[in-house]
Amino acid sequence: MNKSKRDYFDYLFAGIGSVLIAYVLYPILTLFGEQIVDIGSLLKAFRDEVVLEALRNTLFTSLISTFLALILGVPLGYLLAKREFKGKALVQGIVDLPVVIPHSVVGIMLLLAFSRRILDSYTGIIMVMLFVSVSFVVNSSRDGFLAVDPKLEYVARSLGASKIRVFFTVSLPIAFHSIATGGVMAWARAVSEVGAIMVVAYYPKTAQVVVMEYFNNYGLAASRPIAVILMGLSLGAFALLRALIGRLSKSA
Amino acid sequence: MLELQSVYRSWKDFSLNDVSFKVYEGDYFIVLGPSGAGKTLLLEIIAGIFFPYRGRIIWKGKDITFLEPEKRGFAYVPQNYALFPHMTVYENIAYGLEIRKLSEDKISNVVKNIASVLNIEHLLERRPSTLSGGEAQRVAIARGLAIGSKFLLLDEPFANLDPSTTSRLILEMKVWKRELGLTVIHVTHSFEEALLLGDRVGVMLDGRMSQVGSVKEVFSNPRDENIASFLGFENIIEGMANGELLEANGVRIVLPTRYFGRVRIAVRSEDIILSEEPFRSSLRNMLEATVVDVMDIGGLFKVTLDVGGLTLKALVTRSSAVEIGIQPGKKLFAGFKATAVHVFEA
Repeated sequence: MNKSKRDYFDYLFAGIGSVLIAYVLYPILTLFGEQIVDIGSLLKAFRDEVVLEALRNTLFTSLISTFLALILGVPLGYLLAKREFKGKALVQGIVDLPVVIPHSVVGIMLLLAFSRRILDSYTGIIMVMLFVSVSFVVNSSRDGFLAVDPKLEYVARSLGASKIRVFFTVSLPIAFHSIATGGVMAWARAVSEVGAIMVVAYYPKTAQVVVMEYFNNYGLAASRPIAVILMGLSLGAFALLRALIGRLSKSA
Repeated sequence: MLELQSVYRSWKDFSLNDVSFKVYEGDYFIVLGPSGAGKTLLLEIIAGIFFPYRGRIIWKGKDITFLEPEKRGFAYVPQNYALFPHMTVYENIAYGLEIRKLSEDKISNVVKNIASVLNIEHLLERRPSTLSGGEAQRVAIARGLAIGSKFLLLDEPFANLDPSTTSRLILEMKVWKRELGLTVIHVTHSFEEALLLGDRVGVMLDGRMSQVGSVKEVFSNPRDENIASFLGFENIIEGMANGELLEANGVRIVLPTRYFGRVRIAVRSEDIILSEEPFRSSLRNMLEATVVDVMDIGGLFKVTLDVGGLTLKALVTRSSAVEIGIQPGKKLFAGFKATAVHVFEA
Protein backbone atom coordinates (compact mmCIF):
# COMPACT_ATOMS: atom_id res chain seq x y z
CA MET A 1 0.00 0.00 0.00
CA ASN A 2 2.81 2.30 0.91
CA LYS A 3 4.55 1.45 -2.31
CA SER A 4 1.67 2.53 -4.55
CA LYS A 5 1.43 5.82 -2.66
CA ARG A 6 5.06 6.53 -3.18
CA ASP A 7 4.76 5.67 -6.84
CA TYR A 8 2.11 8.36 -7.31
CA PHE A 9 4.44 10.82 -5.68
CA ASP A 10 7.30 9.86 -7.96
CA TYR A 11 5.04 9.97 -11.04
CA LEU A 12 3.86 13.45 -10.14
CA PHE A 13 7.37 14.80 -9.74
CA ALA A 14 8.59 12.98 -12.85
CA GLY A 15 5.69 14.55 -14.75
CA ILE A 16 6.61 18.04 -13.59
CA GLY A 17 10.27 17.39 -14.39
CA SER A 18 9.40 16.18 -17.89
CA VAL A 19 7.82 19.54 -18.70
CA LEU A 20 11.18 21.18 -18.03
CA ILE A 21 13.15 18.64 -20.03
CA ALA A 22 10.74 19.02 -22.96
CA TYR A 23 10.99 22.80 -22.75
CA VAL A 24 14.79 22.65 -23.03
CA LEU A 25 14.87 20.01 -25.75
CA TYR A 26 12.07 21.32 -28.00
CA PRO A 27 13.83 24.49 -29.30
CA ILE A 28 17.09 22.58 -29.79
CA LEU A 29 15.36 19.87 -31.79
CA THR A 30 13.40 22.47 -33.76
CA LEU A 31 16.63 24.27 -34.66
CA PHE A 32 18.32 21.10 -35.94
CA GLY A 33 15.10 19.79 -37.48
CA GLU A 34 14.51 22.87 -39.60
CA GLN A 35 18.14 22.89 -40.65
CA ILE A 36 18.06 19.29 -41.84
CA VAL A 37 15.18 20.15 -44.18
CA ASP A 38 17.21 23.09 -45.49
CA ILE A 39 20.63 21.44 -45.73
CA GLY A 40 21.75 23.69 -48.58
CA SER A 41 22.02 26.84 -46.46
CA LEU A 42 24.12 24.93 -43.93
CA LEU A 43 26.62 23.90 -46.61
CA LYS A 44 26.66 27.47 -47.85
CA ALA A 45 27.46 28.75 -44.37
CA PHE A 46 30.43 26.36 -44.22
CA ARG A 47 31.82 28.08 -47.33
CA ASP A 48 31.15 31.59 -45.94
CA GLU A 49 34.57 33.03 -45.06
CA VAL A 50 32.98 35.44 -42.53
CA VAL A 51 31.37 32.56 -40.66
CA LEU A 52 34.49 30.38 -40.65
CA GLU A 53 36.67 33.24 -39.47
CA ALA A 54 34.15 33.99 -36.70
CA LEU A 55 34.14 30.35 -35.56
CA ARG A 56 37.92 30.34 -35.42
CA ASN A 57 37.84 33.55 -33.35
CA THR A 58 35.31 32.13 -30.91
CA LEU A 59 37.27 28.93 -30.43
CA PHE A 60 40.59 30.74 -30.01
CA THR A 61 39.36 33.38 -27.54
CA SER A 62 37.22 30.99 -25.47
CA LEU A 63 40.08 28.51 -25.05
CA ILE A 64 42.46 31.24 -23.91
CA SER A 65 39.91 32.70 -21.51
CA THR A 66 39.21 29.25 -20.04
CA PHE A 67 42.92 28.61 -19.63
CA LEU A 68 43.31 31.96 -17.85
CA ALA A 69 40.24 31.27 -15.70
CA LEU A 70 41.82 27.99 -14.54
CA ILE A 71 45.23 29.54 -13.85
CA LEU A 72 43.72 32.43 -11.91
CA GLY A 73 40.70 30.69 -10.41
CA VAL A 74 42.06 27.40 -9.02
CA PRO A 75 44.43 28.96 -6.43
CA LEU A 76 41.62 31.17 -5.18
CA GLY A 77 39.27 28.19 -5.02
CA TYR A 78 41.89 26.37 -2.96
CA LEU A 79 42.22 29.21 -0.46
CA LEU A 80 38.45 29.59 -0.15
CA ALA A 81 38.15 25.88 0.58
CA LYS A 82 41.11 25.36 2.87
CA ARG A 83 41.84 28.54 4.76
CA GLU A 84 40.05 30.83 7.15
CA PHE A 85 40.88 34.49 6.70
CA LYS A 86 39.42 37.91 7.34
CA GLY A 87 37.13 39.07 4.57
CA LYS A 88 36.58 35.55 3.24
CA ALA A 89 32.82 36.14 2.88
CA LEU A 90 33.54 39.35 0.99
CA VAL A 91 35.93 37.59 -1.38
CA GLN A 92 33.35 34.85 -1.96
CA GLY A 93 30.75 37.53 -2.72
CA ILE A 94 33.05 39.22 -5.24
CA VAL A 95 33.67 35.88 -6.94
CA ASP A 96 29.92 35.42 -7.41
CA LEU A 97 29.39 38.99 -8.62
CA PRO A 98 30.00 38.49 -12.38
CA VAL A 99 27.12 36.02 -12.53
CA VAL A 100 24.55 38.59 -11.41
CA ILE A 101 25.67 41.63 -13.46
CA PRO A 102 23.70 42.13 -16.72
CA HIS A 103 25.90 41.37 -19.72
CA SER A 104 25.65 44.75 -21.41
CA VAL A 105 26.66 46.35 -18.11
CA VAL A 106 29.71 44.07 -17.95
CA GLY A 107 30.76 45.37 -21.36
CA ILE A 108 30.29 49.01 -20.41
CA MET A 109 32.18 48.54 -17.12
CA LEU A 110 35.13 46.89 -18.83
CA LEU A 111 35.27 49.64 -21.45
CA LEU A 112 35.16 52.32 -18.75
CA ALA A 113 37.84 50.62 -16.72
CA PHE A 114 40.26 49.66 -19.48
CA SER A 115 39.18 52.21 -22.12
CA ARG A 116 40.17 52.00 -25.75
CA ARG A 117 43.07 49.64 -25.09
CA ILE A 118 40.65 46.71 -25.22
CA LEU A 119 38.15 48.09 -27.75
CA ASP A 120 37.68 45.86 -30.79
CA SER A 121 40.55 43.48 -30.03
CA TYR A 122 41.13 39.85 -29.15
CA THR A 123 42.24 41.08 -25.74
CA GLY A 124 38.84 42.70 -25.27
CA ILE A 125 36.97 39.53 -26.20
CA ILE A 126 39.13 37.39 -23.91
CA MET A 127 38.71 39.83 -21.03
CA VAL A 128 34.94 39.79 -21.40
CA MET A 129 34.88 36.00 -21.53
CA LEU A 130 37.14 35.74 -18.48
CA PHE A 131 34.98 38.19 -16.53
CA VAL A 132 31.73 36.32 -17.12
CA SER A 133 33.12 32.80 -16.68
CA VAL A 134 35.67 32.84 -13.90
CA SER A 135 33.08 32.34 -11.11
CA PHE A 136 32.41 28.82 -12.40
CA VAL A 137 36.05 27.81 -12.09
CA VAL A 138 36.53 29.33 -8.64
CA ASN A 139 33.35 27.84 -7.22
CA SER A 140 33.73 24.36 -8.61
CA SER A 141 37.39 24.12 -7.69
CA ARG A 142 36.51 25.35 -4.21
CA ASP A 143 33.91 22.56 -3.96
CA GLY A 144 36.47 20.08 -5.24
CA PHE A 145 39.09 21.10 -2.68
CA LEU A 146 36.49 21.10 0.12
CA ALA A 147 35.97 17.41 -0.58
CA VAL A 148 39.68 16.66 -0.05
CA ASP A 149 40.06 15.35 3.51
CA PRO A 150 42.58 17.61 5.29
CA LYS A 151 44.05 14.49 6.93
CA LEU A 152 45.29 13.37 3.50
CA GLU A 153 47.26 16.59 3.22
CA TYR A 154 48.54 16.28 6.80
CA VAL A 155 49.78 12.77 6.17
CA ALA A 156 51.41 13.75 2.88
CA ARG A 157 53.33 16.48 4.67
CA SER A 158 54.39 14.17 7.49
CA LEU A 159 55.74 11.85 4.79
CA GLY A 160 58.04 14.62 3.61
CA ALA A 161 56.05 16.54 1.00
CA SER A 162 56.22 20.34 0.91
CA LYS A 163 52.96 22.31 0.73
CA ILE A 164 53.30 22.81 -3.02
CA ARG A 165 54.05 19.14 -3.58
CA VAL A 166 51.02 18.13 -1.52
CA PHE A 167 48.93 20.43 -3.68
CA PHE A 168 50.08 18.85 -6.95
CA THR A 169 50.22 15.21 -5.84
CA VAL A 170 47.25 14.96 -3.47
CA SER A 171 44.82 17.90 -3.47
CA LEU A 172 44.76 18.65 -7.20
CA PRO A 173 44.35 15.05 -8.44
CA ILE A 174 41.51 14.41 -5.98
CA ALA A 175 39.77 17.69 -6.86
CA PHE A 176 40.45 17.21 -10.58
CA HIS A 177 36.95 16.14 -11.54
CA SER A 178 35.35 19.21 -9.99
CA ILE A 179 37.93 21.58 -11.44
CA ALA A 180 37.64 20.14 -14.94
CA THR A 181 33.86 20.32 -14.77
CA GLY A 182 34.21 23.97 -13.75
CA GLY A 183 36.53 24.51 -16.71
CA VAL A 184 33.98 23.04 -19.11
CA MET A 185 31.24 25.23 -17.63
CA ALA A 186 33.49 28.29 -17.93
CA TRP A 187 34.29 27.46 -21.54
CA ALA A 188 30.59 26.98 -22.36
CA ARG A 189 29.82 30.28 -20.67
CA ALA A 190 32.55 32.03 -22.69
CA VAL A 191 31.24 30.65 -25.97
CA SER A 192 27.69 31.73 -25.13
CA GLU A 193 28.54 35.30 -24.15
CA VAL A 194 27.37 37.91 -26.66
CA GLY A 195 26.01 41.05 -24.99
CA ALA A 196 29.22 42.23 -23.38
CA ILE A 197 31.30 41.20 -26.41
CA MET A 198 29.16 43.34 -28.72
CA VAL A 199 29.82 46.35 -26.46
CA VAL A 200 33.56 45.80 -26.06
CA ALA A 201 34.69 44.09 -29.25
CA TYR A 202 32.28 43.82 -32.18
CA TYR A 203 35.43 43.15 -34.22
CA PRO A 204 37.21 40.83 -34.67
CA LYS A 205 33.87 39.10 -35.20
CA THR A 206 33.11 36.03 -33.11
CA ALA A 207 30.53 33.42 -34.10
CA GLN A 208 28.05 34.57 -31.51
CA VAL A 209 28.28 38.15 -32.83
CA VAL A 210 27.83 36.94 -36.41
CA VAL A 211 24.66 35.07 -35.39
CA MET A 212 23.25 38.33 -34.01
CA GLU A 213 24.40 40.31 -37.01
CA TYR A 214 22.87 37.94 -39.58
CA PHE A 215 19.66 37.85 -37.55
CA ASN A 216 19.45 41.64 -37.42
CA ASN A 217 20.40 42.19 -41.06
CA TYR A 218 18.97 39.19 -42.92
CA GLY A 219 16.46 37.59 -40.54
CA LEU A 220 15.85 34.29 -38.81
CA ALA A 221 16.50 31.96 -41.75
CA ALA A 222 19.90 33.50 -42.47
CA SER A 223 21.14 33.30 -38.89
CA ARG A 224 19.93 29.71 -38.37
CA PRO A 225 22.77 27.82 -40.10
CA ILE A 226 25.42 29.64 -38.06
CA ALA A 227 23.40 29.03 -34.92
CA VAL A 228 23.30 25.34 -35.78
CA ILE A 229 27.05 25.18 -36.34
CA LEU A 230 27.77 27.01 -33.07
CA MET A 231 25.30 24.81 -31.24
CA GLY A 232 26.72 21.63 -32.76
CA LEU A 233 30.26 22.60 -31.83
CA SER A 234 29.30 23.52 -28.28
CA LEU A 235 27.28 20.36 -27.70
CA GLY A 236 29.94 18.18 -29.29
CA ALA A 237 32.76 19.68 -27.29
CA PHE A 238 30.68 19.60 -24.12
CA ALA A 239 29.86 15.90 -24.51
CA LEU A 240 33.43 15.03 -25.47
CA LEU A 241 34.99 16.88 -22.55
CA ARG A 242 32.57 15.42 -20.04
CA ALA A 243 33.27 11.91 -21.27
CA LEU A 244 37.01 12.59 -21.11
CA ILE A 245 36.81 14.02 -17.59
CA GLY A 246 34.75 11.06 -16.48
CA ARG A 247 37.32 8.61 -17.81
CA LEU A 248 40.34 10.54 -16.47
CA SER A 249 39.00 10.89 -12.97
CA LYS A 250 38.00 7.24 -12.90
CA SER A 251 41.51 6.12 -13.80
CA ALA A 252 43.20 8.78 -11.67
CA MET B 1 63.43 11.28 23.61
CA LEU B 2 60.50 13.53 22.83
CA GLU B 3 59.62 16.17 25.35
CA LEU B 4 56.68 18.56 25.43
CA GLN B 5 57.10 21.57 27.68
CA SER B 6 54.00 23.53 28.69
CA VAL B 7 52.36 23.35 25.28
CA TYR B 8 49.34 25.59 24.72
CA ARG B 9 47.18 25.62 21.61
CA SER B 10 43.51 25.86 20.76
CA TRP B 11 41.88 24.86 17.52
CA LYS B 12 38.15 24.78 16.77
CA ASP B 13 36.48 23.27 19.86
CA PHE B 14 39.66 21.76 21.23
CA SER B 15 42.45 23.14 23.30
CA LEU B 16 45.63 22.01 24.95
CA ASN B 17 46.49 23.59 28.23
CA ASP B 18 50.00 23.49 29.65
CA VAL B 19 50.73 19.99 28.37
CA SER B 20 54.07 18.59 29.47
CA PHE B 21 55.36 15.05 29.25
CA LYS B 22 58.27 12.94 28.01
CA VAL B 23 58.32 9.91 25.79
CA TYR B 24 61.49 7.86 26.00
CA GLU B 25 63.04 5.98 23.15
CA GLY B 26 61.45 2.55 22.81
CA ASP B 27 58.43 3.57 24.87
CA TYR B 28 54.93 2.52 23.97
CA PHE B 29 53.23 5.63 25.29
CA ILE B 30 49.46 5.69 25.56
CA VAL B 31 47.58 8.98 25.62
CA LEU B 32 44.35 8.01 27.32
CA GLY B 33 41.34 10.27 27.52
CA PRO B 34 37.66 10.67 26.69
CA SER B 35 36.64 12.08 23.32
CA GLY B 36 36.94 15.83 23.15
CA ALA B 37 39.94 15.89 25.49
CA GLY B 38 42.22 17.21 22.74
CA LYS B 39 44.10 13.97 22.06
CA THR B 40 44.03 14.30 18.28
CA LEU B 41 45.15 17.92 18.44
CA LEU B 42 48.04 16.82 20.65
CA LEU B 43 49.12 14.26 18.06
CA GLU B 44 48.82 16.81 15.25
CA ILE B 45 50.99 19.22 17.18
CA ILE B 46 53.63 16.53 17.69
CA ALA B 47 53.43 15.76 13.95
CA GLY B 48 53.91 19.47 13.22
CA ILE B 49 50.59 20.06 11.48
CA PHE B 50 49.74 22.74 14.02
CA PHE B 51 52.24 24.81 15.93
CA PRO B 52 51.77 25.57 19.64
CA TYR B 53 50.89 29.12 20.71
CA ARG B 54 53.18 28.67 23.68
CA GLY B 55 55.54 26.00 24.94
CA ARG B 56 58.25 23.94 23.30
CA ILE B 57 58.73 20.54 21.75
CA ILE B 58 62.15 18.93 22.06
CA TRP B 59 63.15 15.90 19.98
CA LYS B 60 66.49 14.24 20.62
CA GLY B 61 67.80 17.42 22.20
CA LYS B 62 66.69 19.72 19.37
CA ASP B 63 63.92 22.29 19.54
CA ILE B 64 61.41 21.27 16.84
CA THR B 65 58.53 23.43 18.05
CA PHE B 66 58.19 25.23 14.73
CA LEU B 67 59.78 22.68 12.43
CA GLU B 68 57.66 21.92 9.34
CA PRO B 69 56.04 18.44 9.45
CA GLU B 70 57.92 17.29 6.33
CA LYS B 71 61.22 17.81 8.14
CA ARG B 72 60.29 15.81 11.26
CA GLY B 73 60.14 12.32 9.80
CA PHE B 74 57.47 11.02 12.17
CA ALA B 75 55.12 8.30 10.94
CA TYR B 76 51.67 9.79 11.45
CA VAL B 77 48.57 7.60 11.13
CA PRO B 78 45.28 9.48 11.57
CA GLN B 79 42.12 7.83 12.78
CA ASN B 80 40.55 7.34 9.33
CA TYR B 81 43.96 6.12 7.98
CA ALA B 82 43.86 8.81 5.23
CA LEU B 83 45.08 6.55 2.44
CA PHE B 84 45.44 8.46 -0.83
CA PRO B 85 42.35 7.33 -2.76
CA HIS B 86 43.83 8.03 -6.20
CA MET B 87 46.81 5.75 -5.69
CA THR B 88 47.27 2.01 -5.30
CA VAL B 89 48.47 0.54 -2.02
CA TYR B 90 51.96 0.30 -3.52
CA GLU B 91 51.92 3.96 -4.56
CA ASN B 92 50.64 4.95 -1.12
CA ILE B 93 53.54 3.22 0.60
CA ALA B 94 56.02 4.54 -1.97
CA TYR B 95 54.82 8.15 -1.66
CA GLY B 96 57.32 9.26 0.95
CA LEU B 97 60.13 7.35 -0.76
CA GLU B 98 59.59 9.04 -4.10
CA ILE B 99 59.92 12.42 -2.40
CA ARG B 100 63.31 11.24 -1.19
CA LYS B 101 64.30 10.59 -4.82
CA LEU B 102 65.29 6.95 -4.33
CA SER B 103 65.74 4.75 -7.39
CA GLU B 104 62.77 2.67 -8.54
CA ASP B 105 64.56 -0.51 -7.46
CA LYS B 106 65.30 0.82 -4.01
CA ILE B 107 61.72 2.00 -3.58
CA SER B 108 60.36 -1.34 -4.68
CA ASN B 109 62.68 -3.11 -2.21
CA VAL B 110 61.66 -0.94 0.72
CA VAL B 111 57.94 -1.24 -0.09
CA LYS B 112 58.12 -5.04 -0.39
CA ASN B 113 60.12 -5.29 2.79
CA ILE B 114 57.73 -3.31 4.94
CA ALA B 115 54.76 -4.96 3.23
CA SER B 116 56.05 -8.39 4.20
CA VAL B 117 56.58 -7.35 7.83
CA LEU B 118 53.02 -6.00 8.02
CA ASN B 119 51.59 -8.89 6.03
CA ILE B 120 50.10 -6.86 3.18
CA GLU B 121 52.16 -8.10 0.20
CA HIS B 122 49.02 -9.42 -1.48
CA LEU B 123 47.35 -5.98 -1.34
CA LEU B 124 49.96 -3.91 -3.17
CA GLU B 125 48.05 -3.54 -6.44
CA ARG B 126 44.72 -2.80 -4.77
CA ARG B 127 42.96 0.55 -4.43
CA PRO B 128 42.34 1.83 -0.87
CA SER B 129 38.57 1.81 -1.41
CA THR B 130 38.64 -2.00 -1.74
CA LEU B 131 40.41 -2.62 1.58
CA SER B 132 38.86 -3.71 4.86
CA GLY B 133 39.43 -1.52 7.93
CA GLY B 134 42.15 -3.80 9.29
CA GLU B 135 43.93 -3.90 5.92
CA ALA B 136 43.72 -0.12 5.55
CA GLN B 137 45.23 0.25 9.03
CA ARG B 138 48.20 -1.95 8.12
CA VAL B 139 48.75 -0.02 4.88
CA ALA B 140 48.64 3.31 6.71
CA ILE B 141 51.21 2.10 9.24
CA ALA B 142 53.38 0.68 6.44
CA ARG B 143 53.25 3.99 4.57
CA GLY B 144 54.44 5.86 7.66
CA LEU B 145 57.21 3.40 8.49
CA ALA B 146 58.44 3.12 4.88
CA ILE B 147 60.22 6.47 5.19
CA GLY B 148 62.44 4.85 7.80
CA SER B 149 60.72 6.45 10.73
CA LYS B 150 61.12 4.79 14.10
CA PHE B 151 58.60 7.08 15.71
CA LEU B 152 54.98 6.14 15.17
CA LEU B 153 52.01 8.40 15.99
CA LEU B 154 48.73 6.48 16.09
CA ASP B 155 45.38 8.22 16.45
CA GLU B 156 42.71 5.82 17.77
CA PRO B 157 44.14 3.04 15.60
CA PHE B 158 41.47 0.49 16.49
CA ALA B 159 38.42 2.74 16.83
CA ASN B 160 36.91 1.69 13.50
CA LEU B 161 37.77 -2.00 13.66
CA ASP B 162 35.78 -5.00 14.85
CA PRO B 163 36.91 -6.65 18.12
CA SER B 164 38.57 -9.70 16.54
CA THR B 165 40.60 -7.58 14.11
CA THR B 166 41.54 -5.33 17.00
CA SER B 167 42.81 -8.11 19.21
CA ARG B 168 44.84 -9.58 16.34
CA LEU B 169 46.35 -6.19 15.52
CA ILE B 170 47.17 -5.54 19.18
CA LEU B 171 49.22 -8.74 19.28
CA GLU B 172 50.94 -7.90 16.01
CA MET B 173 51.60 -4.33 17.07
CA LYS B 174 53.74 -5.63 19.93
CA VAL B 175 55.72 -7.73 17.48
CA TRP B 176 56.22 -4.86 15.02
CA LYS B 177 57.32 -2.54 17.77
CA ARG B 178 59.92 -5.00 18.97
CA GLU B 179 61.14 -6.09 15.52
CA LEU B 180 61.40 -2.59 14.09
CA GLY B 181 62.57 -0.93 17.30
CA LEU B 182 59.76 1.62 17.34
CA THR B 183 58.79 4.34 19.73
CA VAL B 184 55.02 4.74 19.71
CA ILE B 185 52.55 7.37 20.86
CA HIS B 186 49.11 5.83 20.72
CA VAL B 187 46.03 7.94 21.36
CA THR B 188 42.95 6.11 22.60
CA HIS B 189 39.94 6.18 24.89
CA SER B 190 40.17 2.43 25.51
CA PHE B 191 41.48 1.17 28.87
CA GLU B 192 41.93 -2.22 27.29
CA GLU B 193 44.39 -0.87 24.70
CA ALA B 194 46.20 1.06 27.42
CA LEU B 195 46.53 -2.02 29.62
CA LEU B 196 47.46 -4.38 26.79
CA LEU B 197 49.94 -2.20 24.91
CA GLY B 198 51.16 0.66 27.06
CA ASP B 199 54.48 0.87 28.81
CA ARG B 200 53.56 4.28 30.08
CA VAL B 201 50.33 6.22 29.97
CA GLY B 202 49.32 9.85 30.08
CA VAL B 203 45.75 10.60 31.10
CA MET B 204 44.31 13.54 29.19
CA LEU B 205 41.29 15.35 30.53
CA ASP B 206 39.96 18.68 29.24
CA GLY B 207 43.10 19.53 27.30
CA ARG B 208 45.44 18.81 30.19
CA MET B 209 47.87 15.96 30.70
CA SER B 210 46.54 15.17 34.15
CA GLN B 211 48.82 12.32 35.08
CA VAL B 212 51.74 10.54 33.46
CA GLY B 213 53.32 7.36 34.66
CA SER B 214 53.63 3.62 34.18
CA VAL B 215 50.33 1.94 33.37
CA LYS B 216 50.27 0.15 36.71
CA GLU B 217 51.01 3.33 38.63
CA VAL B 218 48.30 5.40 36.93
CA PHE B 219 45.61 2.74 37.07
CA SER B 220 46.23 1.85 40.70
CA ASN B 221 47.04 5.31 41.96
CA PRO B 222 45.08 7.99 40.12
CA ARG B 223 46.33 11.37 41.24
CA ASP B 224 42.99 13.12 41.67
CA GLU B 225 39.32 12.32 41.72
CA ASN B 226 38.74 13.40 38.10
CA ILE B 227 41.30 10.89 36.89
CA ALA B 228 39.88 8.31 39.28
CA SER B 229 36.36 8.78 37.97
CA PHE B 230 37.56 8.64 34.35
CA LEU B 231 39.46 5.45 35.11
CA GLY B 232 36.33 3.82 36.45
CA PHE B 233 36.54 4.45 40.16
CA GLU B 234 32.81 4.76 40.61
CA ASN B 235 32.76 5.36 44.32
CA ILE B 236 34.04 8.77 45.20
CA ILE B 237 33.25 9.90 48.73
CA GLU B 238 34.08 13.11 50.53
CA GLY B 239 34.60 13.33 54.28
CA MET B 240 36.76 14.40 57.21
CA ALA B 241 39.87 12.36 57.91
CA ASN B 242 41.21 11.99 61.37
CA GLY B 243 44.21 9.71 61.25
CA GLU B 244 43.35 6.39 59.67
CA LEU B 245 39.64 7.01 59.94
CA LEU B 246 37.41 8.90 57.55
CA GLU B 247 33.99 10.04 58.61
CA ALA B 248 31.48 10.77 55.88
CA ASN B 249 27.80 11.22 56.66
CA GLY B 250 28.27 9.30 59.88
CA VAL B 251 29.81 6.36 58.06
CA ARG B 252 33.33 5.37 59.13
CA ILE B 253 35.88 4.18 56.61
CA VAL B 254 39.39 2.95 57.36
CA LEU B 255 42.09 4.59 55.25
CA PRO B 256 45.37 3.00 54.10
CA THR B 257 47.45 5.54 56.04
CA ARG B 258 46.92 8.63 58.17
CA TYR B 259 45.28 11.77 56.81
CA PHE B 260 43.82 14.86 58.43
CA GLY B 261 41.16 17.30 57.28
CA ARG B 262 38.80 17.22 54.34
CA VAL B 263 39.67 14.51 51.78
CA ARG B 264 38.02 12.62 48.94
CA ILE B 265 38.42 8.91 48.54
CA ALA B 266 37.82 6.62 45.58
CA VAL B 267 37.08 2.92 45.57
CA ARG B 268 36.68 0.75 42.48
CA SER B 269 33.31 -0.97 42.30
CA GLU B 270 35.04 -4.32 41.64
CA ASP B 271 37.00 -3.96 44.88
CA ILE B 272 33.80 -4.08 46.94
CA ILE B 273 32.70 -7.50 48.18
CA LEU B 274 29.14 -8.29 49.30
CA SER B 275 28.04 -10.82 51.88
CA GLU B 276 24.91 -11.74 53.86
CA GLU B 277 26.88 -12.40 57.01
CA PRO B 278 29.44 -10.11 58.65
CA PHE B 279 32.90 -10.81 57.21
CA ARG B 280 35.30 -12.82 59.27
CA SER B 281 38.27 -12.04 57.06
CA SER B 282 40.93 -9.34 57.29
CA LEU B 283 38.86 -6.70 55.50
CA ARG B 284 39.30 -3.47 57.39
CA ASN B 285 36.10 -1.94 56.10
CA MET B 286 32.75 -3.56 56.67
CA LEU B 287 29.62 -1.48 56.21
CA GLU B 288 25.95 -2.30 56.65
CA ALA B 289 24.20 -1.63 53.38
CA THR B 290 20.79 -1.82 51.71
CA VAL B 291 20.42 -2.76 48.05
CA VAL B 292 18.81 0.04 46.09
CA ASP B 293 19.14 -1.22 42.54
CA VAL B 294 20.55 -4.17 40.59
CA MET B 295 21.54 -3.90 36.95
CA ASP B 296 22.61 -6.74 34.67
CA ILE B 297 25.55 -5.54 32.58
CA GLY B 298 26.24 -8.75 30.74
CA GLY B 299 27.41 -11.50 33.06
CA LEU B 300 28.15 -9.07 35.86
CA PHE B 301 25.72 -7.25 38.12
CA LYS B 302 26.17 -3.66 39.10
CA VAL B 303 24.64 -3.26 42.54
CA THR B 304 23.77 0.16 43.91
CA LEU B 305 23.87 0.27 47.69
CA ASP B 306 22.77 2.72 50.31
CA VAL B 307 25.17 2.97 53.24
CA GLY B 308 23.76 5.34 55.82
CA GLY B 309 22.85 7.88 53.17
CA LEU B 310 25.98 7.34 51.03
CA THR B 311 25.70 5.62 47.67
CA LEU B 312 28.15 2.86 46.85
CA LYS B 313 28.39 0.82 43.69
CA ALA B 314 29.65 -2.75 43.68
CA LEU B 315 30.30 -5.17 40.84
CA VAL B 316 29.48 -8.84 41.53
CA THR B 317 29.28 -11.98 39.42
CA ARG B 318 25.95 -13.51 38.51
CA SER B 319 26.56 -16.56 40.71
CA SER B 320 27.35 -14.58 43.84
CA ALA B 321 24.38 -12.30 43.17
CA VAL B 322 22.11 -15.36 43.04
CA GLU B 323 23.77 -16.99 46.04
CA ILE B 324 23.28 -13.94 48.24
CA GLY B 325 19.83 -13.30 46.77
CA ILE B 326 20.50 -9.71 45.88
CA GLN B 327 17.42 -7.67 45.19
CA PRO B 328 16.26 -4.15 46.05
CA GLY B 329 15.56 -3.76 49.77
CA LYS B 330 17.90 -6.60 50.77
CA LYS B 331 20.14 -5.83 53.73
CA LEU B 332 23.74 -7.06 53.60
CA PHE B 333 27.37 -6.22 54.31
CA ALA B 334 29.73 -4.44 51.94
CA GLY B 335 33.45 -4.91 52.52
CA PHE B 336 36.69 -3.64 51.05
CA LYS B 337 40.34 -3.50 52.01
CA ALA B 338 41.83 -0.33 53.36
CA THR B 339 44.38 -0.55 50.52
CA ALA B 340 41.54 -0.40 47.98
CA VAL B 341 40.83 3.12 49.20
CA HIS B 342 42.55 5.84 47.17
CA VAL B 343 42.79 9.11 49.04
CA PHE B 344 42.92 12.56 47.44
CA GLU B 345 43.59 15.51 49.65
CA ALA B 346 41.22 18.32 48.81
